Amino acid sequence: MAHLSFKPGITRRRLLGVAGTGVASLAGAALTGGTARATPDDVQGEINKIVGGPAARVDNDKVKMKLPQIAENGRTVPVTVTVDSPQTDKDYVKRIHLLAEGNPVPVVAVFDLSPLSGKAEISARIRLAKTQNVVAAAEMNNGDVFIGKKSVKVTIGGCGG
Amino acid sequence: MLTRRDFLQVAAAAAVITGPSDLARAAAGQKISQGNLLDFEPLGQVTLLNFTDIHAQLVPLYFREPSMNIGIGQVHGLPPHLTGKEFLSHFGLKAGTPEAYALTSEGFSELAKQYGRIGGLAHMATLIKAIRAERGDKVLLIDNGDTWQGSYTALATRGEDMVDAMNALGVDAMTAHWEFTYGAERVQELVEKLRFPFLCGNVIDTEWEEKVFESTAFFERGGVRIAVIGQAFPYTPVANPRWMFPQWSFGIREETVQENVDAARAAGADLVVLASHDGFDVDRKLASRVTGIDVVLTGHTHDAIPAVVKVKDTLLVASGSHGKFLTRLDLQVENKKIKDFRFRLIPVFSDAIRPDPDIAKVVAGIRAPHETELQRVLGKTESLLYRRGNFNGTFDDLICQAIIEERDVQIALSPGFRWGASLPPGADITVDDVFSQTALTYPAVYRNQMSGKFLYEIMEDVADNIFNPDPYYQQGGDMVRVGGMAYAIDVAKPMGQRISDMTLTATGEKIDPAKTYTVGGWASVNENTEGPAIYDLVSSYIQRKKTVQVQGNHNIKISGI
Repeated sequence: MAHLSFKPGITRRRLLGVAGTGVASLAGAALTGGTARATPDDVQGEINKIVGGPAARVDNDKVKMKLPQIAENGRTVPVTVTVDSPQTDKDYVKRIHLLAEGNPVPVVAVFDLSPLSGKAEISARIRLAKTQNVVAAAEMNNGDVFIGKKSVKVTIGGCGG
Repeated sequence: MLTRRDFLQVAAAAAVITGPSDLARAAAGQKISQGNLLDFEPLGQVTLLNFTDIHAQLVPLYFREPSMNIGIGQVHGLPPHLTGKEFLSHFGLKAGTPEAYALTSEGFSELAKQYGRIGGLAHMATLIKAIRAERGDKVLLIDNGDTWQGSYTALATRGEDMVDAMNALGVDAMTAHWEFTYGAERVQELVEKLRFPFLCGNVIDTEWEEKVFESTAFFERGGVRIAVIGQAFPYTPVANPRWMFPQWSFGIREETVQENVDAARAAGADLVVLASHDGFDVDRKLASRVTGIDVVLTGHTHDAIPAVVKVKDTLLVASGSHGKFLTRLDLQVENKKIKDFRFRLIPVFSDAIRPDPDIAKVVAGIRAPHETELQRVLGKTESLLYRRGNFNGTFDDLICQAIIEERDVQIALSPGFRWGASLPPGADITVDDVFSQTALTYPAVYRNQMSGKFLYEIMEDVADNIFNPDPYYQQGGDMVRVGGMAYAIDVAKPMGQRISDMTLTATGEKIDPAKTYTVGGWASVNENTEGPAIYDLVSSYIQRKKTVQVQGNHNIKISGI
């Protein structure tokens, strides 16, 4: 088990449990809250900042997202991101950014990793305001960025059966 | 492969009957005999028997199959998304035959007079016992769940009647969905009483993500080592009240299914069977992505398909609902693979089958304390009453009208469940019949103010649960039933664009997003919902009306099919 520490700004209530091998931080604290929603463009903007341009590509095989298709409880949705990486000194994931296209702020959490992490996998429980894409951007040590993306439905519920 | 020919033996034996109904009934009784329902040329070492979604129906009943069952995207026009004449022609069946009566809605009311009721656990038991007598230790009997809920006696005994009945029937394994609506504690009590495994590989606890129930059971039949993996309904906490089992998480969990299949193979399984409550389209997709499953016994969507559907190397079986069908799948297994198979979907024609005395006694024992109430006549119907179908059924229209009048609301919403028996025109409506439509553990009929905007969001939300082109996002029910409001729906559009022209039928005025409306409905998944129980409300409404008549529903304009 790798070390797990939180940078200032994270509260347990907002990130309900972070497990895995990353160092997590809750970003986006400087962004405005309120009822405004992020948009896919906002998320793309964040990714552009990470990459330094719009070069990152979606690769759901490289960045595997484990999320329910339909959230049982939008207030605490389990997510696991696994990046296909040997996590050696030469080739490793150094950061995983977790983003939500439809939340008040697009950046949910940032996880710092190193070759000592052993494997490039993070788990968290996140809050989702509505049906949206959850995006993970994996930043490699050589500067490459790979994107995983999965849609999660948050429904009113009922009427099934 | 003898699939279709086997099934058509019954059809060939029964001519189209046009005479007076009692004469025809007698003829039908002779043509459909217990013997030819059991006709089957045995094959291989294993006989899988399966039924699903019995919904606690212990005695024979009427059940009309849907006249509309839309398939979206890639599954358009494929079974089970065929109804009526299309269904008949696809499977080479003739109108008016026992099969047409069992499998489609074509001519239902007339044919009901000829071919009578279907199902009944004692009748099902006769078929099962005969096959066991014939095949001995080769038989494995699987129940795909939705067994403990849906009747007066199941509600009165909180599921225990069905546990007793299934123990007596000698089921080998089951999975679940509506079972969970008795609450976590009660489910665990009843699982203790079961004499066979309750398999739910996809249920984990929310805190530590550990499995709650066994996922897999092993059986040896005819020298073949069989692993049965259970898959509970993935969206139970979304479609039903999560507060009743707050510590349990569900989901399709494809990776977990694969892990369980691999583990079963590693443990030496020759044959891997998934007993699933995913719904047919979900299982069709699952079978294309998970490797190593030989047979998926599908449930939840209540589809009755008279042939096996093959996806890659996996055979999919769909055994209908309400005890109407028993499926038999004979398998020849060689080198851990299915070498050959033979299949038959057997309609349980109650009039042609001698009920099994042992199970008949169990059923009578369950019903005896409630018999007077069960048989109490509330009124009479002049129209065919049914629920099943993508949009409002006539029983739903009756329920919606009852809610509008009894709760004094403008609009009524009724859930798009697929369970609930049918009643032919002229039938008495008993307490038993009302509970077959409404027996659930969260029955309160609420009366709320809702904005036009919220109403619209509900309609779009439910529509996407049914018509999302990706089966993994489908919950398997039908569209919410609506009274007092007309609407148009384009099923081919994406979420947020399907619903339009919402109109109050009383005045013809358009629903205004900014205005509020009084809305009544039942089966809310929210805790502490208040109001009278739906079965009491509907019972008193029918008693007040004495005779009910339901015209066809012309308030829904459907496009995009």
